Formats: sequence, structure tokens, C-alpha cells
Amino acid sequence: MTTTLVPGRPRFGRGPLTLVWRPRLVVVDVALLVLVFLLVCLNVGRGDYPISVPDVAAVILGGGTDAEHFIVWDLRLPRSVVGLLVGAGFGMSGAIWQSITRNPLASPDLLGITAGASAGAVAVIVFGGTAFVGGAIGVPAAAMVGGLLAGVVIYLLAWRRGIEGFRLVLIGVAVNGILLALTNWMLVVGEIWDAQEATVWLNGSLNGRGWSDAVPAAIALGAIGAVALASTFQLSALKLGDDTARALGVRVQLSQSVLLVASVLLAAMCVTAAGPIGFIAFVAPQVALRIARTSGPPLLASALTGAALVVGSDYVARVLLPVELPVGIVTTAIGGPFLMYLIIRTNRRLSR
Amino acid sequence: MSEHQITAEDLVLGYGDRVVVDGLTTEIPSGKVTTIIGPNGCGKSTFLRAVARLLKPSSGQVLLDGKAITSMRTREVAKVLGMLPQSPTAPEGLTVADLVAKGRHPHQSWLRQWSSDDETEVEAALRLTGMHELAARPVDELSGGQRQRAWISMALAQETDILLLDEPTTYLDLAHQVEVLDLVDKLHADLDRTIVMVLHDLNLAVRYSDHLIVMREGRIVTAGPPDELITADLLRDVFGLDSQVLVDPVSGRPMIVPIGVRRSAPTVQH
Repeated sequence: MTTTLVPGRPRFGRGPLTLVWRPRLVVVDVALLVLVFLLVCLNVGRGDYPISVPDVAAVILGGGTDAEHFIVWDLRLPRSVVGLLVGAGFGMSGAIWQSITRNPLASPDLLGITAGASAGAVAVIVFGGTAFVGGAIGVPAAAMVGGLLAGVVIYLLAWRRGIEGFRLVLIGVAVNGILLALTNWMLVVGEIWDAQEATVWLNGSLNGRGWSDAVPAAIALGAIGAVALASTFQLSALKLGDDTARALGVRVQLSQSVLLVASVLLAAMCVTAAGPIGFIAFVAPQVALRIARTSGPPLLASALTGAALVVGSDYVARVLLPVELPVGIVTTAIGGPFLMYLIIRTNRRLSR
Repeated sequence: MSEHQITAEDLVLGYGDRVVVDGLTTEIPSGKVTTIIGPNGCGKSTFLRAVARLLKPSSGQVLLDGKAITSMRTREVAKVLGMLPQSPTAPEGLTVADLVAKGRHPHQSWLRQWSSDDETEVEAALRLTGMHELAARPVDELSGGQRQRAWISMALAQETDILLLDEPTTYLDLAHQVEVLDLVDKLHADLDRTIVMVLHDLNLAVRYSDHLIVMREGRIVTAGPPDELITADLLRDVFGLDSQVLVDPVSGRPMIVPIGVRRSAPTVQH
């Protein structure tokens, strides 16, 4: 049951459990969820042995023949699941950074957090065979450490009696540049075959991903995502700026740190699982907020938009293009123009 | 309402090594409108920020009902004391209703995000400030005066006994300045709130305040009711302003008429 006393804010629930009823956001979330499911079915269905979308759906939901079951569950589904998780993680990570800094440019892929994770991973790929200490810890851990380090450095350099969006973006862009240069340097000095392996990985790829990649990613996304979603209530106050949030009784420093650490871990987890897939963290929240027509990026819708973008791009990369490309090239090629289209369209609607 | 009391004891405030407020002791009268005035850079906004616990004192303390405000739980303070920062900006597209509803934050929790109390308080705040008609509009599409009213509604929905306003009339034309201050006056008169604000316009400060705190170079020069305080000598000492103080024909309070260098009639004595 809902009541409306304040325009645009119907009340839902009663007693200790009450929420604002936002039908548009709910519809958008459900529609995106269905879209992601359909894209996964479409993506899984294509290959040397094509399976139709309804059949794939039936297998995922527990039906189908043994052969179909094997192809879907054991061979093809992990790749799409990794894509889905990585897209969701990047989308949510970007939504958190963009909300806290109130700046759409402040997303982990533009600020150097993704680049930090990449530098860590490339260091292990390139120097892993030698006596270099990184060799012992493996690519995933190195990516995690690299991303976290970059995040901490950016936060500390940008902190000046609080976090200010513009300053953070400038420092992030500089850190990003330094890390990209470092990565390039490692590719140049490294052995040619290591450098080649690293380059494929750097473009963001879902090739050969299995359940051993999907399960840790799912656990990480579930745990960190839950923390992030639980913080949305504080996030809505943080969006009004540090002073106002503090005046409203929010422990700004603490809430900000929890959310930013969650966001950095999400981005690092995604880079670990699939490489630095370009543009998703930047584009997905902006697309989501324009579809849902909310004032800031909605976390859940941003995650679902990210998932749809990555799985959709993987389908394009594998099936529609003459040469199979790493998914990251496609996300960048699709994401950029799509965002431009949305910005131009919404501007027109406003000025009309 | 108005059972809460704010005092400052030997307050020293600064940013880094720079001391802005140096040894300030004062008491804010409950249930009254207090305005802090002083020349640019005298530390008045800094003082207000410390009262709102947005700035931690280097030494000394702000007491809320006898307890150091920095030692209290920030959420509990937020139920007693509200603060509107200087020229706040709302995120693009945020509606007036959603902004005002954020004022309920200290009264809400993750599970209880929009109770019937929240709803009634927000509606009451919107009606009191005349913003109910505009509730569904995005804040960034409003005029300056409407925008400031929306923010005041938010602070109002917080239901705090004490309300701090940092230059609530900045960037507004004179008519809107009066409109906003009339609203502040109404909150004080109808709801019996304690109001502390920083204002630049001296005549408006005199007109709308029960109590003035005059600051210069990080210290309080004098404090008291405007009638007794405002003299040509004080204005010369504190602001370096040559002026005549007349009686305001509308309010009967002091009215400051500045004397410029060249624009005065020949009869005026410099």
C-alpha cells in the first residue's frame, strides 16, 4: 500500500520498514534484469553447435538434454557469467565514485584505479618468470594490490580537508597517465611473448574464462556489492556535499572510506577476472541514471547496465564481427557513442 | 522548543598553522535570532562552522547543553542542531521534495527510510516555506530565492531546535534577501527556534536580529542588542567605515548610511 503526502514521494510499507515507492526505478531494474538474462541466453546459444534462446533458457532453468546441459553449463555459461559479473562490478564501482565526487569523470577507469590493477598484473606477467617478488603472488593478487595502491595514493593526494571532485579527477588523470606509462615500459622491456600475452589481457578479454574465474568473482561481487548497497542510504546524504552531510549527522569520513574501498575492490576484482574492460565503469552509471531518470547514478541499475553492456559486447565481438576481438575493444566502441547519443537526446528534451 | 543552549569557551580555530579565531568566548541566547557580523576574513563563518561541529577547534570548545559538541554522537547533535552551509549546491536533477526529505536523515535508518512522521514533517516544511507547489521541480531549475527556500525547508524538516545559517542571502537580489530573512524571522517567531546566522548586509542584520555578535580579526569586539550596539564609532573601529547612524523610519532601529569619498552632499561632515 502506498500513500502520497509529498509530491513524487509515495510512501511504501509501514511500521519499522518504510521506503519511498519509485515505480520507474523498479520497472527499469526489472527490465534490465530480463535484458541481461536474454543477452546471456543469446550469447551462450551461439557457437559451433547453435542452441536457440528458449532452449538455452530452459537448460539454465534446469531442463534440456544431457548434451545441451554439458555445452551450456560446462563450456559456454562461465564465459557469460564472468562477463555479467565483471560488467556489474565495473558499473557499481563507477556509480559509487561518481556519486561521492558528484563528477561523472571520476570513474575508476579514468582515475587510474583500473590502470593500477593492470600495472600490477602486467608486472607479474612480464617479470613473473624471474626472481621478481611479484612472481610469487600471481596475477589476481597483483591486480588487487595494484588497484588498491592506486586508489589509496589518489585518495591521499586528493584529500584536503575532505574530498573535492575536481581535484580528485585531476590527480586521478595524472596517476592514470603515470601508470599507463609504467605499463608500456614493462611491455617494451619484457620478453616478446610475455608482452603479447599481456597485451591481449590489457584489452579486456573473456576468452577461456571458466567457473574457476566465475566463482571467486561472484563471491567478491556478492560481498562487496552487499556492503555498497547497504550504504546507499548514507550515499544519498553524501551526494549533498560534505558539509551538508555532516550537518545531517553522517560520519562523512567513515562512510566515504567504506564506499571508496568497496568501489576500488570491485574494480580490482573485475580487472583480475577479465582485464581492464574499457569504459564500462564510466558509461554504465551515466546510461543507468538517464534511463531511470534519477538525480545520481542508481547503484543496482548501474550494475545491471554494466552487465548488459559487457555481455552484449561479448556477443558482438564473437558473433557479429568478421574477426573475433577482445570484448574491451567493443565496449569502448559501443559505450562511447551510446553515451554521446543519450547526452544529446536528453539535452534536446530539456531545451524543447 | 528552545530548551537547548550553545556556548563557546576560549575557542581557537584555524586551518593548518593559520589561526583564524583566537580565544573566543560567548553565549548564544536561546530562542532568539543572533547574527554574527564583521569585516571579510574576521572569522565569522569559521566560528559558525565550529558551532556546527564542521570544524574541530585547535583548543577550547563549543558546548551544547554543557557538553563538548565534538564528544557527542554526530547523529544525536543532528537532531538538535541544523546547519545550512554557504551557497550549497544540489546534485543535478534532484527534486525539491527529495532534497527536503534528506533533512529527515538523522531521524531515519536503512530500514526506515520514509516513515509517516517523515512525510508529515516534510510536507509541513514545504508548506511553511511556500515550496509545496514546486516540490516536484528539480532544484537546479529554480530561481536563486526559491532555491534558498528549498534548502531552508530541508533544514526545517530536520526539526532541530537550533538552526545555523551561513550567509543565507548570498547572491540574492535585495527583494529575495528580504524574502529569505522574512522566512527566517517567521521560523523564529512561529516555531520558537534559536537562529544563528552570518550576514554581510549590516542594515538587514540590524533589522532582523535580536542579538548581534561583532567580530574583528578573530575576536569578539562586542555583543548585544542592535539598538545599543550600532554606533558610528563602532563601525569606524571595526569596519573602517565612515558613516552616519540614523533611525530607520520603518523599524525604529539603527540604520547605517555610509559616507563615501565623493558622493556626499556638501553639508555632510567627514
